[in-house]
Amino acid sequence: MNKSPNWRETIITAVIRTCGYSAVVFVLLIFFFLLREGVPALAEVKLGELLTTRWYPIENHFGILPLLTGSLVVTLGAMLIAIPFGIGTAVFLAEIAPRWLREILKPLVELLGGLPSVVLGFLGILLLSPFLRVFLNLPTGLTALAGALLLGGIAVPTIVSIAEDALDSVPQSYREGALALGATKWQTIWRVTLPAARSGVLTALMLGIGRTIGETMAVMMVTGNAPVMADKLTSILSPVRTMTATIAAEMGEVANGSTYYHVLFFIGLVLFLISLVVNILASTVIFRSRKRAERVLS
Amino acid sequence: MKRGFALDRFVIERLGVALITLTAVLTVVPIIGVFGYIIARGAPAISWEFLTAMPRDGMRAGGILPAIVGTFYLTLGTAIFSVPLGIAAAIYLAEYARENWVTRLIRIAIINLAGIPSVVYGLFGLGLFVLFLKFGTSLLSASLTLSIMTLPVIISAAEEALRAVPQSFRTVSISLGGTRWQTVRKIVLPQALPGIITGVILGLERAAGETAPILFTGAAFFLPRLPNSPLDATMALPYHLFVISTQVPEMPIQIQYGTALVLIIFVLGMNLIATVIRSRARAKRQW
Repeated sequence: MNKSPNWRETIITAVIRTCGYSAVVFVLLIFFFLLREGVPALAEVKLGELLTTRWYPIENHFGILPLLTGSLVVTLGAMLIAIPFGIGTAVFLAEIAPRWLREILKPLVELLGGLPSVVLGFLGILLLSPFLRVFLNLPTGLTALAGALLLGGIAVPTIVSIAEDALDSVPQSYREGALALGATKWQTIWRVTLPAARSGVLTALMLGIGRTIGETMAVMMVTGNAPVMADKLTSILSPVRTMTATIAAEMGEVANGSTYYHVLFFIGLVLFLISLVVNILASTVIFRSRKRAERVLS
Repeated sequence: MKRGFALDRFVIERLGVALITLTAVLTVVPIIGVFGYIIARGAPAISWEFLTAMPRDGMRAGGILPAIVGTFYLTLGTAIFSVPLGIAAAIYLAEYARENWVTRLIRIAIINLAGIPSVVYGLFGLGLFVLFLKFGTSLLSASLTLSIMTLPVIISAAEEALRAVPQSFRTVSISLGGTRWQTVRKIVLPQALPGIITGVILGLERAAGETAPILFTGAAFFLPRLPNSPLDATMALPYHLFVISTQVPEMPIQIQYGTALVLIIFVLGMNLIATVIRSRARAKRQW
């Protein structure tokens, strides 16, 4: 009688422990499969060839630089939009808006975060790109700019949500102290609240960037998918193709095990490593802020 | 001189606050616009036939039933795999794990899992489930791929809900002779349940709206019947919207907006349920 619960306890503990390790196992599995399918690309195509500017797989030209620069220009554009609007909205919600307004607006912004990216891409095709074509007098509206605008919209909810939490957790006494010393609201925000919430705001930006680089569907639908080098300032107004869109658009058509297939996995591996770096950077910012919070509390 | 400085300070304050308010307005108004526009354009397309009939004429007429049912099955399949695993992992982190390097490694893995691009999950699913395990492009492969993508969301939310249960509940249970598992199952889990359910729904909501992970693992371009085994490929709402808005020429615009609206209702309906559960649980909480 006494023995059986102990037995059960041991088994259940083992099962739960195994499940607990699952996240590590999955990250390793993903890494392993990307290596397994992607590294052969390095044997079949020379690294020098991969680092050229011509992506034309039908004739065995596998230069991934146009795709890298495509991702880069779209991500940079998106961040130029998302950082001011994301942080501005977060500051507005945390510091300026009355409580009732914040209770309405924050869920509304987060609702945008839950919107499937394919829906944004759909609106991008029907509304945004025709508008850009007419407004900027371009040959086509399907450009890096359209992608950057949509991606900005996708990154904003992430940034607002996390940055607002960070601002909200700055102790009220900081603000009261600044205001009591005669600082204006603006000075309080700029010199006290934002610096105090710095690490949380940085985390928000890193996670926003992470979402932007990895976003696939919306980008694929509105950037025109032309694998040309984005190396000029005007590239923002011409079609580009990102790494994510290349995989999504072309994986369906390649033969399993071919060089083309391996190269697409290799691009996936590059994306995986980029997201790894971005997230580890973001998480060290998280850990640093936690330690500082502990110091303040002790 | 002094007065001029003071004036400047307050002018700057006014300008600054106005600027910040402007960014918030420019963020919020387009959001309302996006939702309002899709509802306004999509609502006329919604009819009983649209929701319950098979597509006809190369998807240019008829309904979108297989896509709706497909997304429902995918969400269900994702839940079957990711919910037990995610909750168990959260229980481990909240109730069993010590703070050591292994636990830190698990946390870093969870953060990274959450950040991996969705199309990379698609590649992984293709490599592991479709080709290596030979499940083919199927509901099963797609659900498994989506489960792994959903896992970090569920673990984080469930762990937070478990940790919110006051320590005294555990202490009392242990002091009455309960084992660790009995304490978790009978005391902590029931208390944390609303929070866990909310997190689960938010994770599944994301899975339901994703396209990239199912592109090469289970989504069918056009399949005018319902999947009848887990090894069938399936249509899905987000992929269907992608197909009809980019791949099919002369697609009636109304069907496109109607599909977008149904997808939004599906996803945001889940969001609404999660919000209701959360606010109800908060009102009833005993601590």
